[in-house]
Amino acid sequence: MAAITLKNIVKKYGDGFAAVNDVSIDIADGEFVILVGPSGCGKSTLLRMIVGLEDITSGDMMIGDRKVNDLAPRDRNLAMVFQNYALYPHLSVYENIAFPLRLAGAPDQEVDEKVRKASKTLELDEHLERKPGNLSGGQRQRVAMGRAIVREADAFLFDEPLSNLDAKLRGQMRTEIARLQKRLGITTVYVTHDQTEAMTLGDRVAVLKRGYLQQLATPRELYENPGNLFVAGFIGSPPMNFLPAEVEGTTVTLPFGTVQIPEEKAERAQGKGVLMAGIRPEFFEDAQIADKVGSDSTFTADIDFVEWLGNETYAYIPFEAPPEVEAKMRELEADLEGEGLRTQLVVSLDGSSRIKEGDKAEIYVDATKMHLFDPATGENLTVDREHAGEIPDHALVTAG
Amino acid sequence: MRKIGLVVGVGAVLVWCLLPVVWIISLSFKSQAAVSGGTDPGFLPLDSFTGFANYADVLADDQFRRAIINSIGISLIATLLSVMIATLAAYAIARLEFKGKKLVLTTALAIAMFPVVSLVSPLFDLWRTIGLYDTWPGLILPYMSFTLPLAIWTLSAFFREIPWEMEQAAQVDGATSWQAFRKVIVPLAAPGVFTAAILTFFFAWNDFVFGITLTSTENARPIPAALSFFVGPDPFQRPAGLLAAAAVVATIPIVLIVLVFQRKIVAGLTSGAVKG
Repeated sequence: MAAITLKNIVKKYGDGFAAVNDVSIDIADGEFVILVGPSGCGKSTLLRMIVGLEDITSGDMMIGDRKVNDLAPRDRNLAMVFQNYALYPHLSVYENIAFPLRLAGAPDQEVDEKVRKASKTLELDEHLERKPGNLSGGQRQRVAMGRAIVREADAFLFDEPLSNLDAKLRGQMRTEIARLQKRLGITTVYVTHDQTEAMTLGDRVAVLKRGYLQQLATPRELYENPGNLFVAGFIGSPPMNFLPAEVEGTTVTLPFGTVQIPEEKAERAQGKGVLMAGIRPEFFEDAQIADKVGSDSTFTADIDFVEWLGNETYAYIPFEAPPEVEAKMRELEADLEGEGLRTQLVVSLDGSSRIKEGDKAEIYVDATKMHLFDPATGENLTVDREHAGEIPDHALVTAG
Repeated sequence: MRKIGLVVGVGAVLVWCLLPVVWIISLSFKSQAAVSGGTDPGFLPLDSFTGFANYADVLADDQFRRAIINSIGISLIATLLSVMIATLAAYAIARLEFKGKKLVLTTALAIAMFPVVSLVSPLFDLWRTIGLYDTWPGLILPYMSFTLPLAIWTLSAFFREIPWEMEQAAQVDGATSWQAFRKVIVPLAAPGVFTAAILTFFFAWNDFVFGITLTSTENARPIPAALSFFVGPDPFQRPAGLLAAAAVVATIPIVLIVLVFQRKIVAGLTSGAVKG
């Protein structure tokens, strides 16, 4: 077991393309850290640099108090689970799991003991003599994990391990990985592009965009206090709503009307012209149902479309945005790989709401939790720095 | 209708391919007199049937026994060396980026296209000068240089099919590059290795031009060359029955090897497939 420290890690390819830029992450001993971001954000490259499959252009990679920049993968004592499992098709499940031990020259009896223990943990006992080619996706996944846990590695590294599984199995394996990690208490770095995995598995989550670290914080901190537009748009499903907003005093003018925000938030957003307000879908409610309705925080809107899911209802409300905000949203959409950010508001209402398509409905909004972003830099002006983990400075200037 | 067509087609191909073989076998059971005198022209050896007499004669011949040993030894050594070198070279070509990679590949191809005959006389002179004439290495070397290109091309195609992640996984598991190669990559490329081995063995076993030019005694003379020197008791009469028996004997090892290797190839092909 060991802590892993990334200090100003840079990865530049031969053609000058920087896949990873100045990323610093401290991973404590036993911590579960997620690297998350859209494809091409450098998360897999970063993981491969930790394990030693990619060279580090500059910066320090520390495992425990050992600098490992120039060590070969086999000397780093890390275990990795690959996206397509990378099982050895010519070896039985037993020999696949035993492979690292055999390489280390362990005596047969010890190998047997450890393999049986790992297979018991992962419920692979009845498959030990089979070849990987005859196993289902979930079983292969477990064999890959068995190969990782069988030796006493300093840390586990996972490279999108669940992306080849179907949705149901993915949920099961997610819980299984979380349970295993808690029980073994081993430092874990996990790469994914799936924000559900990021939110549910990680002690802390590092959000990356185009090789830059955007924010490193607990899932709750990321959700409640995103450092910039990108993080705000990436974390949460359905995604946060972004609306053009003008602040005057404590009054915020939105396309639907005006709402009041707390003074301390308003203060930080004075005199910046048109801002972008970020409001999560669940901060809205059907005014008929909401219990704490004040006239200053409700508005009337034309409901374009309704999705009733039983426990909740998503209602879609189109709005007009000024060109500068619209442009910003297109840019953000591209960054987030087209999460479908049309200029419409998604509101999540209680399942008991009777609002229908085409209705003119009164909607309540909890504006105290609203965030205000600077459209030029993407910086979250209303972020609560105390509860936002680490936000590198460049994430507030360059990020969108 | 389609089924009938299939049967007819397969039958035609089988007859086309196997008729000469069957004919040789039939000849090998006829007596020498019947073959040269034409007294028993039928396909089946009827009244001229001599049992295994021809085979016994062939195997009793000292020169022929030497030729069998030469052929087996030379072909096996050439195959082994060629496949080993080709495996290493193909792995480097499939995995490494180095200067002159294209050059190596095109040169290899050019060598493979080179007509064998044009090399024979220079080699004859060269081998005479450096003392390789009429020795095993004198045949093994040309066989290797002609089979290596094909083996390298076949194997590098196989290596390219193996996902990088296999080796990376092995390295993370604690393997050196050599261990990853030997314990993961080579077993996975086994079908390719055996394909290359069969091709190489065929070439070496069937070669006639090198065999007859670069040897002069039973020191190194392989079977095809030895057959052409095969003379029965009467120098003016080709011992057709004996030759046929010798040809059959020479075919047996290659059939055995193909059968053994073929099983390996099929086994290798079916154990692949890792992705879910």
